[in-house]
Amino acid sequence: MNSKLLTVSASVIVVAAAGAMVWTAVQPPSDIFAGCSTSSVAGAAIGGPFTLVDETGATVTDAQVLSKPTLIYFGYTFCPDVCPTDSARNGETLDLLTDTGYDAGVVFITIDPDRDTVDRVREFTDYFHDDMIGLTGSPEQVAVASRAYKTFYQKQDTGDDYYLMDHSTFTYLVLPGLGFVQFFKRDDTPEDMAKTVACYIDASANA
Amino acid sequence: MKTLILSAALAVAATTAFACETLTVGDLTVENAWSRATVGAGRPGVFYVTIRNAGTTDDALVAIATPAAKMPMLHETVIADGIASMPHAMAIPVPAGETVQLAPGGYHGMLMEMTMAAKDGDSFPVTMTFQTAGTVTVTVEVVSLRAEGPACGTNN
Repeated sequence: MNSKLLTVSASVIVVAAAGAMVWTAVQPPSDIFAGCSTSSVAGAAIGGPFTLVDETGATVTDAQVLSKPTLIYFGYTFCPDVCPTDSARNGETLDLLTDTGYDAGVVFITIDPDRDTVDRVREFTDYFHDDMIGLTGSPEQVAVASRAYKTFYQKQDTGDDYYLMDHSTFTYLVLPGLGFVQFFKRDDTPEDMAKTVACYIDASANA
Repeated sequence: MKTLILSAALAVAATTAFACETLTVGDLTVENAWSRATVGAGRPGVFYVTIRNAGTTDDALVAIATPAAKMPMLHETVIADGIASMPHAMAIPVPAGETVQLAPGGYHGMLMEMTMAAKDGDSFPVTMTFQTAGTVTVTVEVVSLRAEGPACGTNN
């Protein structure tokens, strides 16, 4: 092991330790949300910084996009089966929240930046909710966002433009200042999700 | 004779909503054929349908064909640990006495290279080929991208 590698390793450890301290510091007392949680993620710090491109072509950061309690889904617009179903469900969840007086957001992040241009992502998300934000970016930008949320995606290369993607189908709830608090699975209904999101919003307001 | 029965069924169906037509081919009953609107040109379409096998012999859906797409395929969405993949299905089994649904999150027809942008309210034919029962052509009703199925009474 040469000294350069040692230095790099040491810096990584320092950065990781600093990251862990920041993470610990921003974690709310766990009992605040005890009555809301329906999922648990053991040991995994989900969420983190990303830079992507929004529906207008503007480069945006996670801080700009996640300015209110937000549901995040990773998918792709070429997907005919799962993504429309999940996106419709997330759009309905937002309607239910809005109807009951909660201010929340929904974000769709493509994991297929090669085909999903700004226009295509905008067109796709507009079908599900006027306020659904669609994000794309360079393959590198998308990879950073996906890694932050521990999502998986893989191209099933067919050598043409009709390839499919394997991808995670979870939806993540992120609160401003607090980060990731909860994930939802495919079979969660809009009603259950809206109830859970409302619980988190109420709990964080009372904290 | 089979053709005659099919024609009669089509004629009856023409007076009702397309997706609610019920067609019979051999021991199989095929109904509730629907699709979602596609997002612009160049996006794949999808084909969902319900198949009931009232016979005593297993059958299988082995192919679909439609003028609406150059490359229609049979797929199955498989979710494992929250990750969706869509392997190509060579055939979709339709066991004796059972009902099989091509439905969101499971088996479906994937319509690659659509020749039309499918809009809410459109319809197009899909010819289904079964291993034993032969072929039947259903009229597929296109519904909104947000929809989870056609408005067919109890099936909705």
